[in-house]
This record gives sequence, structure tokens and C-alpha cells, in this order.
Amino acid sequence: MIPQIKAAGSNALRTGTILFVFALVATALLAFTFARTEPTIERSRQAEKLSLLTQVLPPALYDNDLLASQQTLPPHELLGTRQPTAMWIARRGETITAVVLEAIAPDGYGGSIDLVVGIDVDGTVTGVRVTAHRETPGLGDYIVRSKSPWIEQFVGKSLVSPETKRWKVVKDGGQFDARAGATITPRAVVKAVRGALDYFARHRAALVAPPAPEKPKPVKQLKEKTP
Amino acid sequence: MMTMNEFRTLFQNGLSKQNAGLVQLLGLCPLLAISNTLVNALSLGLATMLVMVTASGAVSSVRHFVPHEIRIPVFVLIIAALVTVVDLVMNAFVHPLYLVLGIFIPLITTNCIVLARADAFASKNRPLHSVVDAMAMGLGLTMVLVVLGGMRELAGQGTLLSGIDLVFGDEAKQFVLHVLPNYQGFLLAILPPGAFIALGLLIAAHNWQKARAERRVHAAAPMPA
Repeated sequence: MIPQIKAAGSNALRTGTILFVFALVATALLAFTFARTEPTIERSRQAEKLSLLTQVLPPALYDNDLLASQQTLPPHELLGTRQPTAMWIARRGETITAVVLEAIAPDGYGGSIDLVVGIDVDGTVTGVRVTAHRETPGLGDYIVRSKSPWIEQFVGKSLVSPETKRWKVVKDGGQFDARAGATITPRAVVKAVRGALDYFARHRAALVAPPAPEKPKPVKQLKEKTP
Repeated sequence: MMTMNEFRTLFQNGLSKQNAGLVQLLGLCPLLAISNTLVNALSLGLATMLVMVTASGAVSSVRHFVPHEIRIPVFVLIIAALVTVVDLVMNAFVHPLYLVLGIFIPLITTNCIVLARADAFASKNRPLHSVVDAMAMGLGLTMVLVVLGGMRELAGQGTLLSGIDLVFGDEAKQFVLHVLPNYQGFLLAILPPGAFIALGLLIAAHNWQKARAERRVHAAAPMPA
């Protein structure tokens, strides 16, 4: 009995060692590739994000480094977010001119639709882009800028223009166009953009008021109570 | 060394007789999901082929050191490592395309055709033969993907090569062929059912052509009535 167990044991040890060596070599290969590609990947990611931000902000509104202005917002019902999301702040000189918020439309036809919404200090939309969606290709995906200019109709809209009851798709008595046969998708987007504007209006003081990047805390708390 | 005959047999198998997409019907998940445009299909096909060639070469080179009992984990480990390398490299150098292909690059790991060739061929043959076999199999799969992608793109949106700017930058946008101008689009071709229908048509065409070739062989050899 004993020799058999011994043989099985040494066999297991042998195969285990071989597997370990292969794992080691594979890990080394991956570590090497990762180290070599990581800077390029990071650069592509940043470039992609920046190109998105410049699409929702007119160039006249900012002269700061948008990517460096990133801040984190806690999740909020009006933004449709459950995780903390990013916010970017556009400045011209020292004054804040606009913000870019991330918002989620949870009720798209194929699930959530991720958006970035640019809003200037007066609460007017400067641009909206879809960053991720699972809408039907060829049917509901006209919300993506590369497929159609539909999403541009939000530019210049605010909570007062159009008034609240007109913040709907045409079919529901609002003023936003939607293509026949695919109204669930635009309905979700319209609602989410309005939500983002609402969020901005309620938190405007905290988001926009502090002129310098380092916010003195007591001032911020005071200002939050004013509106 | 490799004789001309062996070489020809390997390629005949890969491209037609045992074509991964049309005959063995292996690796259909990416085939059906990503063949909605020509550029997507070609990119994923080439990425799969690259993984197959390197994986088969690696598996064949180490085949004497791998005990039979743990060959599958070792092969999967090799394939997964190579796929991750391809994934990282694509992410770094063709980032927009990487965003389109998304999850289907890591999924090459689970594409059975890669493991099937590693286990059925590369683990029993010399590296040169294994690499040629993987190349032929990969080329066969890529060809099916390209034809499928071209068919679906043309029927679905009336263009060819749309999205080529994702690979070569914005200047490449002019290469997009608008074969059918003012085409309204045909949604079915772009959606997953379109992939099944188009693949079915391709398999039918392949079988028809095979049957015809066989008939011709029979006709050439005079048979007793």
C-alpha cells in the first residue's frame, strides 16, 4: 500500500510543479506585456474621455485642463446613479463656467443608458452624449451622435425653456422628437437629461459657487443652505 | 521538414473540408455576435487566428513536458495568457476598435476551436505542422467571418467597410463603400437572427458545392449501370 501512495504522491508533486512552472511563465509574460502597454492604454483612455468632454462643452467656455478638474459626486436619485460618478468643471480664468455630469437613464429599452451632460452656470444644456447603451441597433440607437443628430436637440434647453410639462417626447405632449416605433429610448434619455438639470439646480451653490479648487468647508456649508 | 503534400492537406482541411465555421461549427459565439460588419468580422477573425497560431506553436513546442493528466489546464493557461496579451495590445494600439469588439476578445479564450486544435493537433504534432494547421484553420474561420460580415453589412445597412476609421483613424472614413446609396437598412440582417440565417445560407452553399464536386467525380469515373 505504502509504495503506491508514495508513487501517487510523487506524481502529484511532479504534475503540480509542472503546472506551477507554466503558471509562472504565463504570469511573467502577462506582467511584461502589461508593463509595456499600460502607459499607451492610459493615454488612449484619457484621450477618449477628453474628446467626449469637448463634445459636450463649447470651446469658448473653458481654458482649463478639463481632465484635471475631475471630481467625484455621491450617487443621487436625480442622476440615476448608484455608484459615485465623476464631474468635470469648466473654468474660464478663475470663474466656473460649466460642469459636465454623468447621468444614467435606467429605463431604456435594453437597460441603462449612460450619458454625459454638459450644463453651463445658468443651468442651460451645452451638450449631451451617450457613452454606453444596449438599445436595438438600427432602431433605438439613433440617440448616439455618430448615428444621427437627434441628441443635439438638447443643446440650449433648460428647466425653464421648455417648461416642465413640455420636457417630454412629442408623443407624450412634449417637445422632443422621437422616431416612430422607438419611443421608450428617447423617453428615457429626455427624463435623464431633465433629471441632471434638476440635480444641478438643487446643488448649484455647492457645485459652482466655490471659485477656487480648494473649497473652505464652512463657506460651502453656509452656501448650501441659502437656496 | 514538411512536404508539399502535407502542407496542401492541412490547408484543404482548414479552408474547406474541416472548416471551423462551416463544417465543424465550432466557435460560433463570436462568429454570430461580431459578424455584423466586415471590419468587425475581419478584426476578430485575425485576432483569433493570431491566438491560434501562437497557441498551437507554444503547445506543440512544450508537448513533451506536459503530462497527459494536466494537459487541458496547461493548454487553457497558455491560451488564456496569449489572449490577454492580444487584449492588452489591441487596447493600447487600436483603442476604438477594442471598444467595439469589447468582451469578444477575452472570449477568444473560450472559443472551442482554439483549444480543439491545441489538443487534437498541436499536442501530437511538430511545431511547424501545428503552426501551419492553426494558420489554415484560423484563415478558414476568418474567411467565413468576413463573408458573413460582408453579407450582413451589405444587407443590413447597404455599406461595406463601415467602421474602418476605428482601425486606421479618421482619414480612413473615405474608404467606406456606400454600395447602396439611400438604403433604408434591413434590421434583421444586423440583429442576431440575421447571423443565423446568413450562416445557414453559407453552410447550404458549401454543402451544395461539395455535393456537386462529388457528383462530378462519380460522373468522371465510368460506373457499371
